[in-house]
Amino acid sequence: MQVIVNSEPMDVAEGSCLADLIEQVGLGGSPVAAEVNKALVPKRSHGACELAEGDRIELVTLVGGG
Amino acid sequence: MDRATDRPMDGIVENKPGQRREPAAEPLVIGERRFDSRLLVGTGKYATYELMQDALDASGSEIITVAVRRERLVNERGESLLDYIDTDRYTILPNTAGCFSAEDAVRVSRLGREILEQIGNAGASWVKLEVLGDKKTLLPDPVGTIEAVETLANEGFEVLCYTSDDPISAKRIKDAGAAAVMPAGSPIGSGQGVLNPNNIVLCLETLKDGDPDYPVIVDAGVGAASDTSIAMELGADGVLLNTAIAHAKDPVLMAHAMRHATTAGRQSYLAGRIEKKLYATASSPFEGAISYIPGE
Repeated sequence: MQVIVNSEPMDVAEGSCLADLIEQVGLGGSPVAAEVNKALVPKRSHGACELAEGDRIELVTLVGGG
Repeated sequence: MDRATDRPMDGIVENKPGQRREPAAEPLVIGERRFDSRLLVGTGKYATYELMQDALDASGSEIITVAVRRERLVNERGESLLDYIDTDRYTILPNTAGCFSAEDAVRVSRLGREILEQIGNAGASWVKLEVLGDKKTLLPDPVGTIEAVETLANEGFEVLCYTSDDPISAKRIKDAGAAAVMPAGSPIGSGQGVLNPNNIVLCLETLKDGDPDYPVIVDAGVGAASDTSIAMELGADGVLLNTAIAHAKDPVLMAHAMRHATTAGRQSYLAGRIEKKLYATASSPFEGAISYIPGE
């Protein structure tokens, strides 16, 4: 199925959860905050958060800023 | 070092033998947090992460701001800001820069808190709130700002809120639940310094009326160390800046200058300046002068 990650379409396996996606994009183990359809999903819930076709996901980190 | 406590003092170099010690600096208090340094610095716009590290160190700051942005979803991700920040040394203050609505600013605040909770940084639960009204001026949207402060304060955030130098907006932001109000000296990154010191004084008077310990931090617009001193001399509790250090020809040297300017401005404020007078007042006595004095 396809989901939208940071505005880019991405294919993920059926039944994937948010933790699977974070692993798939190589961010497992990194500090990363995630939103699914504009709602924050805390890290402790990444494994229980099943993704659905067309979900819009944001994966964010910290960068330099003022 | 403070010889009594062996702790570094705010911007004070160790004195030569026989020299009087600098007076101890009182801490900056924001909510429940206390800091020796009154200078807050950003982490943006540095040519390299190593340069940023050295500048942060030279600034003596204990609070550093960061932005929340999308991850790059490619294999060659490169280096991460967090690889270059000692998260035990610095309290990280995530900002909502780039947000033009209360809704987006609240979302970004929650995302920033989530990351800081993951890395166990003391900055989790606080946010430097910016709700911008316009990309060209980066001036704040006063209505969106107040909406976001209310929502975030209700969610338990300690909000350090960027605003213009308008004292009425500043008061509304405080009343909405902000932990600190941060009026701009001039537009973000403009380097124009404190353009309207009278308004900063009005902000300070309004916000501290009956609440003298309420923290007010001048945020944005600093171009040179003297701007920082002016803000502190007016009675601000701290100064937040980024570009003035990051884009100086020698960022590390400018970071040193900003540290000293913060301390100098604070001490000058506490010491109490003389009144300005139209005419001169001689520092040397006329009595006993051997010279001819016109008019006498």
